[in-house]
Amino acid sequence: MSDALNELGEHIASKRPDCVLSWEISFDELNVDVAPSSLVGFVDFLKSDATCRFTSLVDITGVDHPDRAKRFDVIYHFLSMTNNQRIRLRVSIREEDMVPSIIDLHPSANWFERETFDMFGILFTGHPDLRRILTDYGFRGYPLRKDFPTTGYIELRYDEAEKRVVYEPVDLVQEYRQFDFMSPWEGAKYILPGDEKTDEVPK
Amino acid sequence: MDGSKGFEDALTGEQKIRNFNINFGPQHPAAHGVLRLVLELDGEIVERCDPHIGLLHRGTEKLMESRTYLQNLPYLDRLDYVAPMNQEHAWCMAIEKLTGTVVPRRASLIRVLFSEIGRNLNHLLNVTTQAMDVGALTPPLWGFAEREKLMDFYERACGARLHAAYFRPGGVHQDLPPKLLDDLDAWCEQFPSKLDDIDGLLTENRIFKQRNVDIGVVNQQDVLDWGMSGVMARSAGLAWDLRRAQPYECYDEFDFQIPIGKNGDCYDRFLMRMEEMRQSTKIMQQALAKLREPDAQTDILARGKLTPPDRGDMKRSMEALIHHFKLYTEGFHVPAGEVYAAVEAPKGEFGVYMVADGTNRPYRAKLRAPGFLHLQALEYMTKGHQLADVAAIIGTLDIVFGEVDR
Repeated sequence: MSDALNELGEHIASKRPDCVLSWEISFDELNVDVAPSSLVGFVDFLKSDATCRFTSLVDITGVDHPDRAKRFDVIYHFLSMTNNQRIRLRVSIREEDMVPSIIDLHPSANWFERETFDMFGILFTGHPDLRRILTDYGFRGYPLRKDFPTTGYIELRYDEAEKRVVYEPVDLVQEYRQFDFMSPWEGAKYILPGDEKTDEVPK
Repeated sequence: MDGSKGFEDALTGEQKIRNFNINFGPQHPAAHGVLRLVLELDGEIVERCDPHIGLLHRGTEKLMESRTYLQNLPYLDRLDYVAPMNQEHAWCMAIEKLTGTVVPRRASLIRVLFSEIGRNLNHLLNVTTQAMDVGALTPPLWGFAEREKLMDFYERACGARLHAAYFRPGGVHQDLPPKLLDDLDAWCEQFPSKLDDIDGLLTENRIFKQRNVDIGVVNQQDVLDWGMSGVMARSAGLAWDLRRAQPYECYDEFDFQIPIGKNGDCYDRFLMRMEEMRQSTKIMQQALAKLREPDAQTDILARGKLTPPDRGDMKRSMEALIHHFKLYTEGFHVPAGEVYAAVEAPKGEFGVYMVADGTNRPYRAKLRAPGFLHLQALEYMTKGHQLADVAAIIGTLDIVFGEVDR
């Protein structure tokens, strides 16, 4: 399995050295890093090249890494039914960067790109209809960004007096609890309440 | 016809007719959940179809980022609630891939058994309610009686009829009682005759065929363009089933056939689902036979960091008790990395893309639902069809909003 993947990776890297920034195999999966500018050409190559034939798009999604300069990873999964292989493309972009849409090559990218826009605010150039898809009409913010709180900012309820649904800022009776059970002996990098003085040198 | 197209007969005094926009759903029985379609009709012909989804969006992927891997497992049941265990399977496989856990043989067989029960549950619901959408009332009544029995088996295995949380990383939660195996065997014996009954109601039914034959045709290029999988892909003649193509669990040792369609229409998909149920029943029987073999009498969990200790050990061993406590509070840590694990869910390829950062929670989890892509192709498939065909096509697309909206 991983021999075939190695061959495939080398083939792709040698055919399109201008597109492939780097590639590796981890967990029996082929990952390829691609620059946003060469994405469309590369996806077209993957689709038409005889040894690749990645003709069906499986998934497009994003990952948010707020601590990186290139904040977002846009992840593409492709499947080749003829060769029974999968590939994952990673496109790293800054917050203000845009990604070219691959909708001309894969019409199924339409909703995936809308969803990625909806959830992360990543813009796709050349997309004909980049509306929000999963969130409410008139929703603001990008929920899957790490700086978006899980509770959100707006809540809605049916108002008996006004006889309609009203939107209000979230009002929590108690703070949203993030249970953190990380063991203080391994992993946890914060100081437990009451332990603040442990680092102080005893006098 | 639409008066705007070259109709200039001023003498009749007819007014110019414009296309009619209708709002289909979100509370329409044929919408299979909360689907809102904005349809533009020319007479009765669909010109444009814009699905508005997200009415059942619960932010599952966001919630998953703040919960441990084990706490996230029950969310998977709530995606495609018609066949819950198949979704859990993908989640467990992603974790097992990252941690390199090997599932014991008995657990593997139980997983196959319950995945196939899930397939039967799903197809029973889909085939019969699709028949209801096109006018037949009896099939759902008969089909749901069988579903009810299957859900009883779910209940006896894990305690819940729908939201099972039965597949766990490293195996399954509990072993099956011996009586359940016998009852499942008895059910498999009688089920094909129930399928024959439904067959008798629908397969050669004139009205059913009029509503389904040559409706919603997809060809092989459409399948690739729109990223279809599962029955939708096979109906166009693409022999693609992950159980065969990329065997997971122990599917490679089972003997079963995969039905392939010829015409790619709604009727083919109905016939294929009927055949898949027969094949699933065969797989279930094989799994039951294998479960009784001596080499299948193993533990049902790969004991270790991922799984709770044996109940008996906890009574005697302090370490086991601590392990149990830590597992259900802190959870287990998954090494950093990213994987994509996919299963052949009844609706198509269900995948979990997981980014782990070495802590006890997933950094990012993306659930790839087959229904999302199938619903996307709805506009393409319905264009030029009649309004009534929209319901028939939605029915065979096999959409459940739990997984489309997530």
